[in-house]
Amino acid sequence: MKPAAAASAYDVEAVRADFPILQREVNGKPLVYLDNAASTQRPDAVVDAVSTFYRTSNSNVHRGVHRLSQEATKQFEDARRTMAGFLGADEREIVFTRGTTEAINLVANAYGNANVRAGDEVVITWMEHHANIVPWQMLCERTGATLKVVPIHDDGTLDMEAFASLLTERTKVVAVGHISNALGTINPIRDIASMAHDAGAVLVVDGAQGAPHGHVDVRELGADFYALSGHKMYGPTGIGVLYGNKALLDAMPPWQGGGDMIRLVTFEKTTYNDAPFRFEAGTPNIAGAIGLAAAATYLQELGIDGIAGHEADLMAYGTRRLGEIEGLRFTGTAPHKAGVLAFVLEGVHPHDIGTILDSEGVAVRTGHHCAQPVMERFGVPATTRASIGIYNTRAEIDALVDALAKVREVFA
Amino acid sequence: MSELRDLYNDVILGHTKKPRNYGPLEDATAVSVGYNPLCGDKFVVRLKVEDDRIVDIKFEGDGCSISKASASVMTETLKGKTIEEAKALGVTFRDLATGKLDGMDQLADLGKMAVFAGVSEFPVRVKCATLAWHTVDAALAGKDEVSTE
Repeated sequence: MKPAAAASAYDVEAVRADFPILQREVNGKPLVYLDNAASTQRPDAVVDAVSTFYRTSNSNVHRGVHRLSQEATKQFEDARRTMAGFLGADEREIVFTRGTTEAINLVANAYGNANVRAGDEVVITWMEHHANIVPWQMLCERTGATLKVVPIHDDGTLDMEAFASLLTERTKVVAVGHISNALGTINPIRDIASMAHDAGAVLVVDGAQGAPHGHVDVRELGADFYALSGHKMYGPTGIGVLYGNKALLDAMPPWQGGGDMIRLVTFEKTTYNDAPFRFEAGTPNIAGAIGLAAAATYLQELGIDGIAGHEADLMAYGTRRLGEIEGLRFTGTAPHKAGVLAFVLEGVHPHDIGTILDSEGVAVRTGHHCAQPVMERFGVPATTRASIGIYNTRAEIDALVDALAKVREVFA
Repeated sequence: MSELRDLYNDVILGHTKKPRNYGPLEDATAVSVGYNPLCGDKFVVRLKVEDDRIVDIKFEGDGCSISKASASVMTETLKGKTIEEAKALGVTFRDLATGKLDGMDQLADLGKMAVFAGVSEFPVRVKCATLAWHTVDAALAGKDEVSTE
């Protein structure tokens, strides 16, 4: 996450014009979309890329000799190259998946089953999304390995001393979120990577919230695996990427079997395709991959630094404005945060807040955010989460603050 | 805003702030815990049943305004009712919350429960309003917990 270089040049109104959905009204009020950590909206560039593919080149990939199949294959593989460029990786290190969840499950199965044994340890953190908890629990159940959980401080930062003490020669995998979806904490991935590597473990990064908010260079970060979801970075749903270090991918057995992942099939023996194709069984989400690449290109053309600067301004403004509300307590006050303003309001349940905010046209997420251990850690059943994206404005933060005043009015 | 006021009406807000029959029930004969995993709501409902009649009922727990007020009104409504009457009221309440009641006669039968009519305009909140009723059903059926998901 590099600091903003050209924040002043960022034209948020021009960005908003690229997202037609932002023009609609909800309950007679202009839509204020602050649920970006759950799913972002899609710009015209993405919608057009998907529809153009279906209208002009739709076909299956990697098989037909006919023209459409060649075009589809080229566009699909171009999308892989675009995503490789977006992550600072080689195209052979990019596996298309359904999303972050499937990407993590792929690693837990293909890498985990081959490399984790009874008595080994998998280290995750207290702030993980369920998608970066459950696949590792399942791996530990299959193999007899032990799951270790790094605790977090009251401000929502990782307890790095505890992390260091949990790393042993038995640690085979460290799995951590780049940015917490429940707290907004940006984790020190570079430090975590070098500590994990010193212990002889691989580092799996859940990048679902990392990819939309700043530069991601997997080599600079030291991530062995990095998973992201298209729909959280302005791309389509049902498509995501697993970056895997080439040497690791090459050595991994396949996970799912089927077409496209094989070289030769006989009933006696099947030989598998090379990575990354070995991990893409069945017809992939071709249009999704093309749409995701369009989203990545869109973000790059906007300028990742400009985006980060704009969002940092909104985070600072939102933190200040929300902080002025009596009885409001933030969950997650780490010095380095991105995207997420999560809070509880004294005396009002988040679900009631969500309903009243919706009546004012303000879309936020309320609940446990698929991170129940985080809720337990902070002693709350649920929180309200406003999460920002590239098209949000200070005026929308003001609308959120005004809507929260309505909440107070109702529950006065 | 008017739909919102239908949902968060004064009676509901009053029960949210001051829930009735709230607390433990020492000599309960049936108990169940109701969860709504979506929002983290959790209520314990305890009943004392004698000769097929609910002679006492109390609840404890934490949840949103709608779920808490609904539990509160429910305990007031069910105290003194037979099990058969309680089950029938539960069916009527679920019909009310899901907008299936149209006749004014039925609304009149509901008594205080009618304040939850506004819930039907908020489909995602129906589970909040019906959580306590599901929990009573579970308790009467001998199940020690129930989840709305």
